[in-house]
Amino acid sequence: MLQSIPLEYYLVLSGTIFCIGAVGVLTRRNAIIMFMCIELMLNSVNLTLVAFSSFLGDSAGQIFVFFTMTVAAAEAAVGLAIVLAIFRNKQTVYVDEVNLMRW
Amino acid sequence: MSLATGAFFVFAVGAIATAILMITRKNAIPAALCLITHFFCLSGLYLTLQAQLLAALQVLVYAGAIMVLVVFVIMLLNPETEVHSPKHSQVRTILAIVFVGVLGLQLLAFLLGQQSSYTALLPKSAVVGSVEELGRALYTDYLFPFEAVSLLLLTAVVGALTLAKRKLLN
Repeated sequence: MLQSIPLEYYLVLSGTIFCIGAVGVLTRRNAIIMFMCIELMLNSVNLTLVAFSSFLGDSAGQIFVFFTMTVAAAEAAVGLAIVLAIFRNKQTVYVDEVNLMRW
Repeated sequence: MSLATGAFFVFAVGAIATAILMITRKNAIPAALCLITHFFCLSGLYLTLQAQLLAALQVLVYAGAIMVLVVFVIMLLNPETEVHSPKHSQVRTILAIVFVGVLGLQLLAFLLGQQSSYTALLPKSAVVGSVEELGRALYTDYLFPFEAVSLLLLTAVVGALTLAKRKLLN
Protein backbone atom coordinates (compact mmCIF):
# COMPACT_ATOMS: atom_id res chain seq x y z
CA MET A 1 0.00 0.00 0.00
CA LEU A 2 2.73 2.43 0.99
CA GLN A 3 5.08 1.93 -1.95
CA SER A 4 2.83 3.82 -4.34
CA ILE A 5 3.43 7.24 -2.76
CA PRO A 6 7.00 8.60 -2.65
CA LEU A 7 8.32 10.37 0.44
CA GLU A 8 8.89 13.63 -1.46
CA TYR A 9 5.15 14.10 -1.94
CA TYR A 10 4.64 14.23 1.81
CA LEU A 11 7.60 16.58 2.29
CA VAL A 12 6.45 19.00 -0.42
CA LEU A 13 2.90 18.91 0.96
CA SER A 14 4.01 19.68 4.50
CA GLY A 15 6.34 22.43 3.24
CA THR A 16 3.40 24.00 1.39
CA ILE A 17 1.16 23.87 4.47
CA PHE A 18 3.97 25.36 6.58
CA CYS A 19 4.30 28.29 4.16
CA ILE A 20 0.53 28.88 4.17
CA GLY A 21 0.62 28.96 7.98
CA ALA A 22 3.54 31.41 7.92
CA VAL A 23 1.65 33.74 5.55
CA GLY A 24 -1.30 33.56 7.94
CA VAL A 25 0.77 34.49 10.98
CA LEU A 26 2.34 37.44 9.13
CA THR A 27 -0.83 38.86 7.59
CA ARG A 28 -3.58 38.33 10.15
CA ARG A 29 -3.82 40.57 13.22
CA ASN A 30 -6.50 38.65 15.10
CA ALA A 31 -4.68 36.90 17.96
CA ILE A 32 -6.95 33.84 17.84
CA ILE A 33 -6.46 33.37 14.08
CA MET A 34 -2.69 33.85 14.46
CA PHE A 35 -2.82 31.18 17.14
CA MET A 36 -4.64 28.82 14.75
CA CYS A 37 -2.04 29.50 12.05
CA ILE A 38 0.68 28.45 14.50
CA GLU A 39 -1.23 25.21 15.05
CA LEU A 40 -1.23 24.78 11.25
CA MET A 41 2.57 25.12 11.14
CA LEU A 42 3.02 22.71 14.06
CA ASN A 43 0.87 20.15 12.27
CA SER A 44 2.79 20.40 9.01
CA VAL A 45 5.99 19.57 10.90
CA ASN A 46 4.18 16.65 12.54
CA LEU A 47 3.34 15.35 9.06
CA THR A 48 7.03 15.42 8.13
CA LEU A 49 7.96 13.51 11.29
CA VAL A 50 5.30 10.85 10.70
CA ALA A 51 6.33 10.46 7.04
CA PHE A 52 10.01 9.96 7.91
CA SER A 53 9.11 7.64 10.79
CA SER A 54 6.98 5.50 8.52
CA PHE A 55 9.52 5.40 5.69
CA LEU A 56 12.48 4.64 7.97
CA GLY A 57 10.60 2.01 10.00
CA ASP A 58 11.51 3.76 13.25
CA SER A 59 8.87 4.61 15.84
CA ALA A 60 10.87 7.54 17.33
CA GLY A 61 9.34 10.05 14.91
CA GLN A 62 5.81 9.12 15.92
CA ILE A 63 6.75 9.36 19.61
CA PHE A 64 7.99 12.91 18.89
CA VAL A 65 4.64 13.72 17.29
CA PHE A 66 2.91 12.40 20.41
CA PHE A 67 4.93 14.80 22.57
CA THR A 68 4.38 17.67 20.11
CA MET A 69 0.63 17.15 20.46
CA THR A 70 0.92 17.27 24.25
CA VAL A 71 2.96 20.47 24.16
CA ALA A 72 0.50 21.96 21.65
CA ALA A 73 -2.36 21.19 24.03
CA ALA A 74 -0.50 22.94 26.88
CA GLU A 75 0.27 25.84 24.54
CA ALA A 76 -3.39 26.10 23.55
CA ALA A 77 -4.51 26.30 27.17
CA VAL A 78 -1.97 28.96 28.19
CA GLY A 79 -2.17 30.92 24.91
CA LEU A 80 -5.95 31.21 25.00
CA ALA A 81 -5.80 32.19 28.67
CA ILE A 82 -3.42 35.02 27.69
CA VAL A 83 -5.82 36.12 24.93
CA LEU A 84 -8.64 36.12 27.51
CA ALA A 85 -6.56 38.17 29.94
CA ILE A 86 -5.65 40.72 27.22
CA PHE A 87 -9.30 40.96 26.17
CA ARG A 88 -10.31 41.60 29.76
CA ASN A 89 -7.80 44.45 30.08
CA LYS A 90 -7.89 46.06 26.61
CA GLN A 91 -11.26 44.90 25.16
CA THR A 92 -9.55 43.74 21.95
CA VAL A 93 -8.06 40.62 20.35
CA TYR A 94 -6.13 42.53 17.66
CA VAL A 95 -2.41 42.53 18.29
CA ASP A 96 -2.03 45.95 16.59
CA GLU A 97 -3.98 47.54 19.41
CA VAL A 98 -1.86 45.96 22.13
CA ASN A 99 1.05 48.37 21.79
CA LEU A 100 1.73 49.47 25.36
CA MET A 101 5.38 48.38 25.26
CA ARG A 102 6.06 49.59 21.73
CA TRP A 103 8.84 52.17 21.46
CA MET B 1 -3.88 4.86 -9.81
CA SER B 2 -4.22 2.76 -6.69
CA LEU B 3 -6.61 3.42 -3.84
CA ALA B 4 -3.84 4.70 -1.56
CA THR B 5 -2.56 7.18 -4.14
CA GLY B 6 -6.08 8.43 -4.75
CA ALA B 7 -6.66 8.83 -1.02
CA PHE B 8 -3.36 10.70 -0.68
CA PHE B 9 -4.27 13.20 -3.39
CA VAL B 10 -7.80 13.74 -2.08
CA PHE B 11 -6.51 14.42 1.45
CA ALA B 12 -3.56 16.52 0.22
CA VAL B 13 -5.76 18.78 -1.91
CA GLY B 14 -8.27 18.98 0.96
CA ALA B 15 -5.55 19.92 3.44
CA ILE B 16 -4.10 22.69 1.25
CA ALA B 17 -7.55 24.04 0.30
CA THR B 18 -8.77 24.20 3.90
CA ALA B 19 -5.47 25.80 5.00
CA ILE B 20 -5.82 28.57 2.38
CA LEU B 21 -9.51 29.03 3.25
CA MET B 22 -8.56 29.29 6.92
CA ILE B 23 -6.10 32.15 6.55
CA THR B 24 -8.43 34.12 4.26
CA ARG B 25 -11.61 34.03 6.39
CA LYS B 26 -12.64 37.34 7.89
CA ASN B 27 -14.39 35.87 10.90
CA ALA B 28 -12.82 33.55 13.43
CA ILE B 29 -15.56 30.92 13.51
CA PRO B 30 -15.40 29.91 9.79
CA ALA B 31 -11.60 29.87 10.14
CA ALA B 32 -11.92 27.48 13.09
CA LEU B 33 -14.27 25.21 11.10
CA CYS B 34 -11.78 25.15 8.18
CA LEU B 35 -9.00 24.24 10.62
CA ILE B 36 -11.08 21.34 11.99
CA THR B 37 -11.59 20.04 8.42
CA HIS B 38 -7.86 20.44 7.87
CA PHE B 39 -7.15 18.28 10.93
CA PHE B 40 -9.44 15.56 9.57
CA CYS B 41 -7.53 15.65 6.24
CA LEU B 42 -4.23 15.34 8.13
CA SER B 43 -5.65 12.39 10.03
CA GLY B 44 -6.43 10.74 6.68
CA LEU B 45 -2.84 11.43 5.55
CA TYR B 46 -1.55 9.73 8.72
CA LEU B 47 -3.68 6.73 7.79
CA THR B 48 -2.05 6.55 4.35
CA LEU B 49 1.26 6.42 6.27
CA GLN B 50 -0.09 3.56 8.45
CA ALA B 51 0.11 5.65 11.63
CA GLN B 52 -3.20 4.50 13.09
CA LEU B 53 -2.67 5.66 16.67
CA LEU B 54 -1.64 9.16 15.61
CA ALA B 55 -4.56 9.39 13.18
CA ALA B 56 -6.93 8.67 16.08
CA LEU B 57 -5.09 11.07 18.40
CA GLN B 58 -5.15 13.80 15.76
CA VAL B 59 -8.95 13.71 15.71
CA LEU B 60 -9.31 13.27 19.47
CA VAL B 61 -6.76 15.83 20.66
CA TYR B 62 -6.71 18.46 17.91
CA ALA B 63 -10.14 18.35 16.30
CA GLY B 64 -11.68 17.39 19.64
CA ALA B 65 -10.01 19.03 22.60
CA ILE B 66 -7.94 21.94 21.26
CA MET B 67 -10.45 23.21 18.71
CA VAL B 68 -13.30 23.01 21.23
CA LEU B 69 -11.22 25.25 23.47
CA VAL B 70 -10.55 27.67 20.59
CA VAL B 71 -14.21 27.82 19.54
CA PHE B 72 -15.19 28.32 23.19
CA VAL B 73 -12.86 31.31 23.50
CA ILE B 74 -14.11 32.79 20.18
CA MET B 75 -17.71 32.49 21.41
CA LEU B 76 -16.76 33.99 24.76
CA LEU B 77 -14.98 37.01 23.29
CA ASN B 78 -17.25 37.44 20.23
CA PRO B 79 -14.73 39.53 18.29
CA GLU B 80 -16.25 41.54 15.45
CA THR B 81 -15.22 41.25 11.79
CA GLU B 82 -11.67 42.32 11.14
CA VAL B 83 -11.42 45.93 10.01
CA HIS B 84 -8.87 46.59 7.31
CA SER B 85 -6.95 49.80 6.90
CA PRO B 86 -6.23 49.21 3.20
CA LYS B 87 -2.82 50.87 2.76
CA HIS B 88 -1.26 49.26 5.82
CA SER B 89 -2.71 45.84 5.11
CA GLN B 90 -1.59 45.79 1.44
CA VAL B 91 2.05 46.44 2.25
CA ARG B 92 1.97 43.85 4.99
CA THR B 93 0.42 41.18 2.75
CA ILE B 94 2.91 41.78 -0.08
CA LEU B 95 5.86 41.67 2.32
CA ALA B 96 4.55 38.50 3.96
CA ILE B 97 4.10 36.76 0.60
CA VAL B 98 7.59 37.80 -0.54
CA PHE B 99 9.25 36.56 2.67
CA VAL B 100 7.34 33.29 2.67
CA GLY B 101 8.01 32.86 -1.07
CA VAL B 102 11.72 33.02 -0.32
CA LEU B 103 11.23 30.51 2.50
CA GLY B 104 9.29 28.19 0.18
CA LEU B 105 11.96 28.40 -2.53
CA GLN B 106 14.63 27.52 0.02
CA LEU B 107 12.60 24.51 1.17
CA LEU B 108 12.11 23.40 -2.43
CA ALA B 109 15.80 23.83 -3.29
CA PHE B 110 16.72 21.82 -0.20
CA LEU B 111 14.29 19.04 -1.09
CA LEU B 112 15.46 18.83 -4.70
CA GLY B 113 19.11 18.96 -3.65
CA GLN B 114 18.71 16.11 -1.17
CA GLN B 115 16.51 14.02 -3.42
CA SER B 116 18.97 11.25 -4.22
CA SER B 117 19.44 10.40 -0.54
CA TYR B 118 15.85 9.46 0.14
CA THR B 119 14.34 8.37 -3.14
CA ALA B 120 15.79 4.96 -2.31
CA LEU B 121 13.85 4.84 0.97
CA LEU B 122 11.06 2.31 1.14
CA PRO B 123 8.80 1.69 4.11
CA LYS B 124 10.43 -0.95 6.28
CA SER B 125 7.56 -2.21 8.35
CA ALA B 126 3.89 -1.48 8.58
CA VAL B 127 3.60 -2.13 12.34
CA VAL B 128 5.56 0.98 13.42
CA GLY B 129 2.44 3.09 13.88
CA SER B 130 0.40 0.48 15.71
CA VAL B 131 -0.86 1.08 19.25
CA GLU B 132 1.15 -1.89 20.50
CA GLU B 133 4.47 -0.69 19.10
CA LEU B 134 4.06 2.95 20.16
CA GLY B 135 2.77 1.99 23.60
CA ARG B 136 5.74 -0.25 24.25
CA ALA B 137 8.18 2.48 23.19
CA LEU B 138 6.34 5.08 25.27
CA TYR B 139 6.41 3.06 28.50
CA THR B 140 9.98 1.76 28.20
CA ASP B 141 12.41 3.93 26.24
CA TYR B 142 10.48 7.19 26.60
CA LEU B 143 9.16 6.77 30.15
CA PHE B 144 10.94 9.85 31.53
CA PRO B 145 9.73 12.26 28.79
CA PHE B 146 6.26 10.78 29.23
CA GLU B 147 6.23 11.62 32.94
CA ALA B 148 7.85 15.00 32.36
CA VAL B 149 5.17 15.94 29.83
CA SER B 150 2.47 15.08 32.37
CA LEU B 151 4.09 17.59 34.73
CA LEU B 152 4.12 20.14 31.88
CA LEU B 153 0.38 19.62 31.33
CA LEU B 154 -0.30 20.10 35.05
CA THR B 155 1.75 23.32 35.02
CA ALA B 156 -0.13 24.55 31.94
CA VAL B 157 -3.51 23.89 33.60
CA VAL B 158 -2.49 25.81 36.72
CA GLY B 159 -1.03 28.62 34.60
CA ALA B 160 -4.15 28.88 32.43
CA LEU B 161 -6.39 29.03 35.49
CA THR B 162 -4.24 31.71 37.11
CA LEU B 163 -4.19 33.82 33.94
CA ALA B 164 -7.85 33.51 33.09
CA LYS B 165 -9.58 33.78 36.45
CA ARG B 166 -11.21 37.03 37.45
CA LYS B 167 -9.71 39.01 40.27
CA LEU B 168 -11.44 38.15 43.52
CA LEU B 169 -11.16 41.67 44.91
CA ASN B 170 -12.77 44.64 43.09
